Amino acid sequence: MEILMSITVGVLFMVATYLMLSRSIFRIVMGLVIISHGAHLLILTMGGLQNGMPPLLGQEAANYTDPLPQALILTAIVISFGLTAFVLVLAYRTYDAHKTDDLDQLRGTSDE
Amino acid sequence: MTFLHWAIISPFLLAILIPFFYRYIPKIHTGWFVFILPLALFGYFMQQMLQTTSQGGVVEASAPWVPSLQIFYTVYLDGLSILFALLITGIGALVVLYSIYYLDKKKEALNNFYVYLLMFMGAMLGVIISDNMIVLYVFWELTSLSSALLISYWFQRDKSIYGAQKSMLITVFGGFAMLGGFAILYSITGTFSIQETIASADLVMASNLFIPAMILVLLGAFTKSAQFPFHIWLPDAMEAPTPVSAYLHSATMVKAGLYLVARFTPVFAGVPEWFWIVSGVGLFTLFWGSLSAVRQKDLKGILAFSTISQLGLIMSLLGVGSASLYFNDGVENALYHAAIMTAIFHLINHATFKGSLFMAIGIIDHETGTRDINRLGGLMTIMPVTFTITLIGAASMAGIPPFNGFISKEMFFTGMLEAMEISAWNMQTFGILFPVIAWVASIFTFLYCLILFFKTFTGKFKPENFDKHVHEAPIGMLISPIILVVLVIVFGLFPNLLAYSLIEPAMQSILPGVMTGGERFYVDIYLWHGFELELFMTMGVIALGTLLFIYMKKWSSLAIYKKESDILNPLYDGSLSALVTGSQKITRAQITGRLRDYLAYMSIFIVLLLAYTMFRYDAFSMPTENISPIPGYMWVLVLLFILTTVVVPFINDRMAVIIIVGALGFLVAIFFVAFRAPDLALTQFLIETVVVVLFLLAFKHLPNLKKERTKPRIQVTNAIISVGVGVMVTLIGLSSYAFRQENGLESISQYFIDNSYELAAGENMVNVILVDFRGLDTILEVLVLAIAALGVITLIKLRMTGREDV
Repeated sequence: MEILMSITVGVLFMVATYLMLSRSIFRIVMGLVIISHGAHLLILTMGGLQNGMPPLLGQEAANYTDPLPQALILTAIVISFGLTAFVLVLAYRTYDAHKTDDLDQLRGTSDE
Repeated sequence: MTFLHWAIISPFLLAILIPFFYRYIPKIHTGWFVFILPLALFGYFMQQMLQTTSQGGVVEASAPWVPSLQIFYTVYLDGLSILFALLITGIGALVVLYSIYYLDKKKEALNNFYVYLLMFMGAMLGVIISDNMIVLYVFWELTSLSSALLISYWFQRDKSIYGAQKSMLITVFGGFAMLGGFAILYSITGTFSIQETIASADLVMASNLFIPAMILVLLGAFTKSAQFPFHIWLPDAMEAPTPVSAYLHSATMVKAGLYLVARFTPVFAGVPEWFWIVSGVGLFTLFWGSLSAVRQKDLKGILAFSTISQLGLIMSLLGVGSASLYFNDGVENALYHAAIMTAIFHLINHATFKGSLFMAIGIIDHETGTRDINRLGGLMTIMPVTFTITLIGAASMAGIPPFNGFISKEMFFTGMLEAMEISAWNMQTFGILFPVIAWVASIFTFLYCLILFFKTFTGKFKPENFDKHVHEAPIGMLISPIILVVLVIVFGLFPNLLAYSLIEPAMQSILPGVMTGGERFYVDIYLWHGFELELFMTMGVIALGTLLFIYMKKWSSLAIYKKESDILNPLYDGSLSALVTGSQKITRAQITGRLRDYLAYMSIFIVLLLAYTMFRYDAFSMPTENISPIPGYMWVLVLLFILTTVVVPFINDRMAVIIIVGALGFLVAIFFVAFRAPDLALTQFLIETVVVVLFLLAFKHLPNLKKERTKPRIQVTNAIISVGVGVMVTLIGLSSYAFRQENGLESISQYFIDNSYELAAGENMVNVILVDFRGLDTILEVLVLAIAALGVITLIKLRMTGREDV
């Protein structure tokens, strides 16, 4: 399972990188969203995907899944959400001001 | 801190007061306040010389500066230092006196001038009296700095700025090299003290860093002393006011390099590399400088190249004299002592006659308004005093008896003839070159002295050539050159005045340990020493030089005469501009302004670095043990997930992209469910919903965006980079997982599992970790959200009005 998930995460990173290398701001924001998914899944995978009960003590189980990566991911999800929201609004404002979302056109004068 | 320390610092202290004198006592020329200091210092050093150094004693005192780095402000006054100290303060006093009459107190910014000059004087004293190499370096760079300031004194002129920049670049380059040499010496000996380094010269000699240290220190000396090919800054430094040229660029600063060579002779000399580099570079500089001086049409240009040539002469003598450290016994090394003696003697002589010549030419410039030898002429009867000064100075420079230049030239020939006899280091093959080059260079020296003298003072006086009424200079301006010229005659007629007071102690410093057991250097200098080969060489020089001057019209049509500028100048200018354009090109190629390029650089660099590291440490591994099994439904889920992901870049409809990315987020949530993370699944579902709503909102507010729908340029490089990143992440994930499993690293989570309820009274472990065990993370995460929210509000609400929104 870990091998399969690692490959999946690799695909996520690949697609995200590809999107971030494009010219449109919108696609870059999408790339950002996807790369954060990749990172979250990577943390979970690296923590180990053993079969155990969810980390709730009420389950009275012999073994639980590791709660620490889950806590870390939860923090990361919220932070990446804040970031995504901000970047999205920033992209919107950029478009509003310059009437373009093409980064090559946002580059400024060509002599610089 | 002894008095000697304060003597070095005193010019800097006085420099602080100069602007006040200039501002509040405008009636008196500021120079008079400056004049007292070098005079007092000269007296102090005279007294030191008579009491201490001429008896072979030294003054040594230390004050801590940065003791933890072994940097002590150590002063060390011996024969060599006192010689330079007397030159600096003596000629300094004369130059200040001269400048009082040269610079007009109404027209010139005297406060700047004297501040820079005092700064230079203090720095120069610091260079020659410091024993600590780092302190020496600090003062060394201060001389470069103050020299550049003085060259650009008339900063309205482009040429002054150009000359200052050139001298700064070249001398600071050499200064850095020298610092490198000092650092190497420190790493060998463990001390920054020059005297201690000399004491452990054997250690330096045995080190395999000997040659680099030697070359770096010599680079510093050669750039400062304007040796070939670093001499090109000196002619351009002639844009400085003439007192500056006389002081810095003939008598003192350019001799700092000679001082350095002389000071480090006990450390480095005695090996063929030192001998060949120092004497070879010196001889070539002597030849090149004298040849170039002949071509100059500007009086100061002639003197600049003549200075270069004379410095080369002294440098070559120091090189030849280093042989005496090789033959550390026997009779023949006494012959090479004579070369060192000649170097010191000529150093003094050069300071006297070159200083007087510069001042005389400054007078001509000042009184006629031009320095062009084609416009000058016939000044003999109009400026009789200047004429006499120039006559004596030029005659001494040319090496005509009975002036001091004659004696040092004879001794120079002796040194070069003896160099031929050196029985080691391939001298048998190339030795004959030494006297031949020296002799040819002397012919040119004689020739440019004739040009300098006759083109200025003889011929017909043409008043229409000059802008002002030409007359003799005021007496105040003449005092300094007259004193120097008197010294030229006195040292010529009574050279032994200097022998045991200055020259012998200086030789003791350059060649320590050579004379032991109460022996003394034999430094009797005579004006006349019989009909030797040297005398006939001098006669030949005079005869050939005169012939060349008489037939000057014939050869002056040659191209080599007309081309005034040094051939190395285009090289310097070219490489400087190539440096600028080259770095601009690199910057433009690299800093494109495209986000894509930067991202590509980063990704490529990260991928290559990680791939190399993994390859280097053979870190590729696949986890085999402790892998959880894959349930059947997971295959479907993963396949769906990968398909959804891969499809994103190929969609051009933005609405579809939002939906697909939203679906991706929900799939992630399903993964969380599958991997038994209920809180994560919950959060992910919620947040993904909000994100999709946000995207749709933004989409709705960007009506024009729909039309654009550009198809992303499918670039192969982008694809390769992304595949590289993806593969790298997978490989690292796998091998780090494998590493963890192989080494049996346990999670710390057992603690949380065991103690969630006991310590924190909670059954949901994830929540307990978030708010209890690791609550700080959560606080800051809340802060992040708050800042993001404020940022969003700011972006939307606050808009610049009234000026352009960027």
